[in-house]
Amino acid sequence: MDDVIIGLEIHVQLNRLHSKMFCGCSTAYHDSLPNSHTCPVCLGLPGSLPVINKKAVEYGIKVGLALNCKIEEETLFYRKNYYYPDLPKGFQISQYDYPLATKGHIMILGDNGAERNIRINRAHMEEDPGRLVHAGTIDKAKYTMVDYNRCGMPLLEVVTEPDLCSPKEARVFLDKLKSILDYLDVFDGTQEGSMRIDANISLKGGDRSEVKNITGFKGVEKALSYEITRQKNLQRRNIKVVQETRHFDELRNITVSIRSKVGAHDYRYFPECDLAVMRIAPWVPAIRAALPELPDVKRERFVKQYSLADDHAKSLTSEIKLANFYEAVAARASPKLAAVWIADVLKGELNYRDLSIESFQEEQMIEILQMLEKGKISEDGAVQIIRTLLDRIPIEIGGSPSKIAHELGLGKAEDDAVQKAVREAVAESAAAVADYKAGSERALNFVVGLVMKKTRGKADAGEVHRLVKAEVEKA
Amino acid sequence: MLSELKARLKAESCEEYLCGLFEKIEKSSLNAFTTLAKESALKEARRFDKNPGRGLLAGVPIAIKGSISTKGIETNCSSRILRGYIPPYDAHVIERLKSEGAIIMGKTNMDEFAMGTSTETSCFGPTKNPWDQTCVPGGSSGGSAAVVAGGEAPCSLGSDTGGSVRCPASFCGIVGLKPTYGLVSRYGLVAYANSLEQIGPLTHTVEDTALLMEAISGHDERDSTSAEGARHSYLPGLEDGVAGLKIGIPKEYFGEGVNKDVEKAVWEAIATLESIGASWQEISLPHTRYALAAYYVIAMSEASSNLARFDGLRYGERMGEDKDWHTTFSEIRAKGFGPEVKRRIMLGTYALSAGYYGRYYLKALQVRTLIKEDFLRAFKDVDLLASPTMPIPAFKIGERINDPLSLYMADVFTVPINLAGVPAISVPCGFAGRLPVGLQLIGPHFCEAAVLRTAQAFEAATPFHKAKPEVS
Ligand SMILES: [Zn+2]
Repeated sequence: MDDVIIGLEIHVQLNRLHSKMFCGCSTAYHDSLPNSHTCPVCLGLPGSLPVINKKAVEYGIKVGLALNCKIEEETLFYRKNYYYPDLPKGFQISQYDYPLATKGHIMILGDNGAERNIRINRAHMEEDPGRLVHAGTIDKAKYTMVDYNRCGMPLLEVVTEPDLCSPKEARVFLDKLKSILDYLDVFDGTQEGSMRIDANISLKGGDRSEVKNITGFKGVEKALSYEITRQKNLQRRNIKVVQETRHFDELRNITVSIRSKVGAHDYRYFPECDLAVMRIAPWVPAIRAALPELPDVKRERFVKQYSLADDHAKSLTSEIKLANFYEAVAARASPKLAAVWIADVLKGELNYRDLSIESFQEEQMIEILQMLEKGKISEDGAVQIIRTLLDRIPIEIGGSPSKIAHELGLGKAEDDAVQKAVREAVAESAAAVADYKAGSERALNFVVGLVMKKTRGKADAGEVHRLVKAEVEKA
Repeated sequence: MLSELKARLKAESCEEYLCGLFEKIEKSSLNAFTTLAKESALKEARRFDKNPGRGLLAGVPIAIKGSISTKGIETNCSSRILRGYIPPYDAHVIERLKSEGAIIMGKTNMDEFAMGTSTETSCFGPTKNPWDQTCVPGGSSGGSAAVVAGGEAPCSLGSDTGGSVRCPASFCGIVGLKPTYGLVSRYGLVAYANSLEQIGPLTHTVEDTALLMEAISGHDERDSTSAEGARHSYLPGLEDGVAGLKIGIPKEYFGEGVNKDVEKAVWEAIATLESIGASWQEISLPHTRYALAAYYVIAMSEASSNLARFDGLRYGERMGEDKDWHTTFSEIRAKGFGPEVKRRIMLGTYALSAGYYGRYYLKALQVRTLIKEDFLRAFKDVDLLASPTMPIPAFKIGERINDPLSLYMADVFTVPINLAGVPAISVPCGFAGRLPVGLQLIGPHFCEAAVLRTAQAFEAATPFHKAKPEVS
């Protein structure tokens, strides 16, 4: 799909901060009464003045550096003027000229299977507006209420160049960005509305449309796919795509044109004189020095240090907590085995249950791996133990794998008992043995099933298959 | 004088004194107060009478301009759109005044959102000049000046964006100071043009202004433009005189457009300063003629954004029925703002619009830099500057209200000071007929002490501050 051009503007709430962008109000407003996390400043009461949250700027610089951006010498806030009920001052304090960070890039795996750079145009700071709550659905509501708890939340807007070629690439980019934010510990993606995306999309040679305020990564993929189909259909019918702003309707999975009453926006940006110019260049060395190891670097190190497959390394480094979990386990068990079991099994079981890695303990994983290595349990048994541990949450947390193995009778059957069962089963399955000798490989499965029945599932199916084959060929 | 008043309040009764003031206010025809905080003020007075405390302003009643946020007391900027708005918080200066024991009497009339030179754009109608009630008191802090001159309050606070403290001080024959930008926290001052304005005192004497400045100045972390540094006492050294002081007379501030009586009074004032030990020389502030244009572009641009928050949604008077958002807020703004405010919002919006920003706003900022440099250059040669505060004495109510340009022109000697951010005081220096004339003394950034010391020496050598209007 090299005829598709996509650029993203991603609004990230720096919600790991404790106070808002320009006042002392707490950022922990989720689950609070509406308008309970407000003060004269974030309500824009007459006479109130903003004060920059320096920590927020520090976080912004951190992200800028992680996105390989150039950090400006000085940064400056501007007023972006427009009227909307969620905006109590009639302007949003944002940045315009001299944003925090410019000209960066991050690497993603492109659709063609090769890693490539997506350029970052800029990253700038601004304050989040309040939230509108409609009485009923948006088109039928008789009135709308405003909750200013969110108002003044520190936002970082990351703007990409139009370097993305497909909805899938957009998704991959967002996953990568989220992973970086996660590493920097500036962003908690589990909170509602903490990341909102505007997407610009056009077909080569055509005008672009902007789809505003998409929440969720799946939403981005769907909205973009819909837009591509829509624009291609227009092209096919020789209708010009008009440059416009569109809204993504999540319920119907379509985008609809929003006709703004104001017409073309002129935000009349001008410097916010209530805030001084900030010289941020001197902050950069210390912030850079304190940057954590980022996903790409960690992934390379995992491949080298633990001799992992690149896929495993990538999967394990997607989240910082998962990576840390892996390293703790790998220190006390076979790193390769740990990678397989954490990346391929545990991660899937967690995702299936919508749980995070914090639901599982390093000790539990280490114990399971040790039992496997010593042949005390089969691979199937290990999977059962992991499932059982996760299923017992939250009634039981931190259960012992060996105890569960015992409870479920998952201890591997004694070898001679298996051998005995194999001999018996082969003797009892003359017809199947004959079929096998006549060339039907599948006929052995019947014998294997019989052995499993005799050992009540405790034997390792792969191992049994090998033993049955040997026994049959001996006969 | 506040020092005498403080002694009297301790010896006699603060409650009685305050009751006397309120009685006078209630009978007054000046239309200078818009809101009285009688109940809370009398309660404070009774508390003072029981236990006077040791604050700098213990027991001293003070009137506050309608644009300074006072917790629990309506703060409406003399605009219909803010009628009924009772702030949940005190401005920094109010917190300071209260902690020094001052008693907030109420809020004073002003030009709507401080946009004016006459207090005529108020939604409450014009305040009258105590010296001649057919004349304006000046503006925009006209109410704050009139209550002091008319004996309704011993002192007051105003705010000065382009002369709004000094102009009414000059027209009403009292002392008014515009401090260095950043010396007094703006936290809680409803913004008109936030890069220009400062809160300042209006008093009978220079010493009173010095006392109030000690109370309200100093760093406030809630105002990012507030200067670092500890609070300063201006009383020590206030009497040190002007021996050896070099005063510059900006030639651009005299001549054409200046009323002859005003010019005469100011030259006499300069002669007085010379007679008590200062010397003077003519200097030039060459970019003065661009100041008014630059000032109005900057002030209106900032105002168009500062006043965007008034949409009737969260506070102020709800006018008419609610319709959809755009219709409702447009109607509220159409009804709630007066014509001068609308004019400035529209002009400011225009000046910031795409395609005009560079031509107007950026150009005005460049002029602002040149004007500031004019002052910095002048202060290499002289210690202070002296000029008329206003080119004219108070004019008749209604005389200029339909001629905005002639009103804007009256600010010609006050606005350059706000553009440069330097401090300036207006002190009474004589009369033009029955109307007071003000002498403006301008100092370098953060040199309030020198400005006050010079004003004090001048006041001690002249009788003008003792003259009181006969208010019927
Ligand atoms: Zn707040």
